Amino acid sequence: MCWNRIYALIMKYVYICSRNTFRAMDIFFWPIMDLLMWGFVTMYMLKVSNTVPGLITFLIGAVIMWNVFYRAQQVVCISFLEDLWSRNLLNIFTAPVQVREFVTAAYILGLMQASIVLVIMSLVAVVFYGFNILDLGIYAGMLLANLMLMGWALGLVATALIVRWGPQAEVLAWAVPFLVQPVSAVFYPISVLPQPLQVVASMVPAAHVFEGMRALMTGNEAIVWGHIGSAFLLNLLYLAGAGLLFRFLFEQAREKGLLAKYCS
Amino acid sequence: MLETILKVESLNKQFGNFTAVEDLSFSVRGGEIVGLLGANGAGKTTTIHMLLGLTKPTAGAVTIFGENLEESRVSILQRVNFASSYVHLPYNLRVVENLKVFAKIYGVAKPGEKIDELLEMFEIAHLKFKTSGMLSSGEQTRLNLCKALLNDPALLVLDEPTASLDPDLADKVRKILKRVKEEKGMTVLTTSHNMLDVVELCDRIIFMHLGAIVAEGSSEEIMTRFGTDSLEDVFIRIARTKEKVIA
Repeated sequence: MCWNRIYALIMKYVYICSRNTFRAMDIFFWPIMDLLMWGFVTMYMLKVSNTVPGLITFLIGAVIMWNVFYRAQQVVCISFLEDLWSRNLLNIFTAPVQVREFVTAAYILGLMQASIVLVIMSLVAVVFYGFNILDLGIYAGMLLANLMLMGWALGLVATALIVRWGPQAEVLAWAVPFLVQPVSAVFYPISVLPQPLQVVASMVPAAHVFEGMRALMTGNEAIVWGHIGSAFLLNLLYLAGAGLLFRFLFEQAREKGLLAKYCS
Repeated sequence: MLETILKVESLNKQFGNFTAVEDLSFSVRGGEIVGLLGANGAGKTTTIHMLLGLTKPTAGAVTIFGENLEESRVSILQRVNFASSYVHLPYNLRVVENLKVFAKIYGVAKPGEKIDELLEMFEIAHLKFKTSGMLSSGEQTRLNLCKALLNDPALLVLDEPTASLDPDLADKVRKILKRVKEEKGMTVLTTSHNMLDVVELCDRIIFMHLGAIVAEGSSEEIMTRFGTDSLEDVFIRIARTKEKVIA
C-alpha cells in the first residue's frame, strides 16, 4: 500500500467537500437538525409523561451514535460516487491506485467525517440538553468504534453494489442504514422486537452497541463488555465479508466492462 | 528506441454473445506513435480499456514493459498515463487542485514546477485557479492532457485527444505531443476519428473493424494498398464493409 496515493485520494475528497455546500451540510447541518428534532421530541415526551427514567439520555445518546454510524457508512459510498458523478473514475482506475488503497482512503474519510459529526453533535447536546457523551467513559470509545466498523462494512457493501449495478443503485448510499435500523435497536431494546427479529438483531453489531449503551446508562456495566465483544466479533466477520464481496463484484464489473461504461 | 513497449497477444473480449474484440495481436515499439482507427463499435475503446486494466480480457494477454498487465498492474500503470475527451476531472476542484491530486497519486517529484510547466505548455496557465467545471470543453481537454503528462509516461494512451478542439488548438496539441515524444522518447497509442491527427501524428496505423485488425502500416502504405490518396476514403470503405476481411 502506498500512503501517498491514499493521501491524494483523501485530499481530493476534502477539496470536493470544501467546494460543495451541500456536501458540507452532511457534516454540519443534517446531524444538528437530527439532534434538535429528537431532542425536542424527547423534551415534549418528558412533559407529557415522565415514566421512563433517563429518557433524554437514551434518545440523545442514540441519535448521536446513530449519526456516527450513518456518516461513516455514507462517506464510504459517496467518495466513490463523487468520482462516478464527475466522470473521473477512469482517471482513478487507470492510475496506479490499488483497490485496497481506494477502500482505505474511503475508510479514513469515514473516520474523519464521523469524528467531526461526533464532536459537533456532542457539543450541541451539552449546550441544549446537558447531555455529555463523555459521561459514558471509556465505554463510549468502544461503542463508537464498533459503530464505525459497522459503518465501514455496510458502506463497502453498498459501494460494491453500486460498482456492479451502476448509478441506478446509488440510492443505496443513503438507504442502506435505514434497512438495518429497525433491527439495530437504536431507540428501543431488542426485547420489544418480535422473536424472529430478535434473532436477526442479535447478529447486528449496532444492536449490541445500543443495548450496551442503554445498559451503561442504567448502571448495568457488567453486561456492557459482552455487547462490545459481540459487536466487535460480528464487525470483523462483516468487514471480511464486505471486502470479499467488493473484490468479487469489482472483478465482475471489470469482466463486464462496467467501470468504463459508467463513465462514457 | 526499438524495444517492444506494448505487446498484445490473441486478445479476445466477449460480452455475452457479442464479440467486441477477436484474436487481436499487435505490438508497439518504444518511441512510436501508433493510431488505432476504426468506426464506432470497431472495438478500439474496448481494446484501450483492456490495455489499461479497466476491462478484463476474456482471453489473451497484454504485456507492457515486458510485464504481464494482470500480474503487475500497479507498477505498469506508474509509467503509463491516459487521457480521453470523454473523461473528466472533478468539476468542482480548481485546475491546480486536480493536478496536485494526480501528481501525488503518480508520485511526481516536484509537482508545483511540473504543473506550471504543463499549464504553460498547453497555454492554460491563466486558468490555474479556475474551477475545472467552468472550463470550456477545449480547455478541459487540455487539462486532461496536462494530467496525462504529469508523470512523464513512457506509454501514453489517448482516446480521441483532439475531439473537442478547434483546428487551431488541435494543431497545437499535435505539435506538443510530437515535441514531448521527441524530447522524452514517449510511446503513444491513440484512437482518433480525425484523419489529419492520424496522418500528422502517427508513425503507424492499425485499422480495426468488427473487433479485428483489418489493415496495419504507415498511412502511405495503407492508402497505397487501398488505391487512394485519402485516409478518410480508407476509413469509410472499411466502415461500410460488412465482412471482417477487407479485400
